[in-house]
Amino acid sequence: MSELLHMLDILRPYVAGIALLSGGVIVLIGASGVLRLPDFYTRLHAAGVTDTLGTLLVLLGLILLSGFTLLSGKLALVGLFLLLTSPAATHAVANAAHKAGLKPRLGTVQSQPPLDASGDPS
Amino acid sequence: MIFATALMLMAAMMLMLVRLLRGPELYDRVLAVNSFGTKTILFLCVFAFLIGRSDAVDIALLYALMNFIATIAILKFFRYRALDVALSRTRRRGETR
Repeated sequence: MSELLHMLDILRPYVAGIALLSGGVIVLIGASGVLRLPDFYTRLHAAGVTDTLGTLLVLLGLILLSGFTLLSGKLALVGLFLLLTSPAATHAVANAAHKAGLKPRLGTVQSQPPLDASGDPS
Repeated sequence: MIFATALMLMAAMMLMLVRLLRGPELYDRVLAVNSFGTKTILFLCVFAFLIGRSDAVDIALLYALMNFIATIAILKFFRYRALDVALSRTRRRGETR
């Protein structure tokens, strides 16, 4: 039992590093999605990726790094507040846009410029 | 690896700033500000580990609350053009309708 705990304690920084790096990569993916997706309502999806999985992975990595201290409790509180407030904020933004009459962009081909100028749009 | 995570968060914040400046609609900008705030909270938590002091986590905790309140206040202002409108539909005494 104590050997198992010792091994888990050795493994802890590596798991923390993996969680931190994958959280950073997911945050980058969500940010590039917010930058590149064509519509407001699709950008909301990309922001949701950042708000849930990226936040949880980064905070989990930091909690694993800090161990069982007051700091990890504060980090868990940050995660709890983010999990409570960010879906509410996202819903508020989407609801305000919907009430203001912002329509989602429908259709696929016509809204995009053609890749090459000579080719016919297919 | 903490430094690499901090760099990735800063790159994501730069992308959010580009969306904030380019966003065609108002709500794109509000979404960009909200997401920028979330990334700021994460960056503050990582920054506390970078400099080895735990004070920045308290600031992150405060900022997590302020970010939500700021988003709701911005949305409310652009919907009603005023901030002192009641959000709930409770009637005052003597008010008809």
